[in-house]
Amino acid sequence: MKLWLTMLAIGLATYAIRLSFIVLLGQREIPDLLRRSLRFVPPAVLSAIIIPELIFPGGALEFTATSARLIAGLLAGLVAWRTKNVLLTILVGMGVLYLVQALIN
Amino acid sequence: MSAIVFAGSAQFISTQLIGHGIPALVILMTAVVVNLRHLLYSASVAPYMKPLKPGWKWSLAYLLTDEAYAVTITHYQATQDTSLEQDADHRHWFFLGAGLTLWVSWQLSTAFGIFLGTQVPGSWALDFTLALTFIALLVPALKDRSSWAAALAAGLVAVLAYSLPLRIGLIFAAIVGIIVGLWVERRS
Repeated sequence: MKLWLTMLAIGLATYAIRLSFIVLLGQREIPDLLRRSLRFVPPAVLSAIIIPELIFPGGALEFTATSARLIAGLLAGLVAWRTKNVLLTILVGMGVLYLVQALIN
Repeated sequence: MSAIVFAGSAQFISTQLIGHGIPALVILMTAVVVNLRHLLYSASVAPYMKPLKPGWKWSLAYLLTDEAYAVTITHYQATQDTSLEQDADHRHWFFLGAGLTLWVSWQLSTAFGIFLGTQVPGSWALDFTLALTFIALLVPALKDRSSWAAALAAGLVAVLAYSLPLRIGLIFAAIVGIIVGLWVERRS
């Protein structure tokens, strides 16, 4: 019972956070500084998620030339840049990851 | 929990804490901190959702996950010039489609995970597809020097702050990235 209440509270809090600006902005104009900042949210957040993921795959430092995820990630970035194709980026990235892992072992 | 919370990292962390018998209030606070980044997402999509009716806003907010945000904001920005007329703006359907697809896959995957979780070998490294998806979304967002600067600064701070608990480094890195982006934009 207590477990369900905890989950419900987490759910409500998450929903309130997501709803916050979407509802509030309906009634007010957006401050200029906030509006200009928002453009940088996607590159900043995505990069902050991806780069640690490539460098610390298992949660530990693995920053060597043979780091499979780093190589796969960089090549996938190249594919994304040339093709702008999400599926192709994933396929090439996973392919390179398996290949480099096979070469290391 | 997948249906009520619908937020991956908060679910993973709270499940872990529940397993360790941590007090409910601490679990709740941890989940809120982990999900604070959704404040940024909410603020980011809000200008585009302004013309929508309340029903749309209240429903779409529930679907605003990392992944839904990433594809939706990319779509909004890519179509910014062509969808200026509000009458012709059907882009909230894109948001709904992305969000619902993710929701259904999340619920199905949770169900599958309950039955199959222990049987998928870790060597398949399927978690890496998530990072690759984000790479495919990040690269088109790097349109000019200031967005490059924002991404590089955020990435650097995220690496430096990686050992901080509760994924708080992510929020910190994003804020530094935004400030650096603004700064480079003003200088050029």
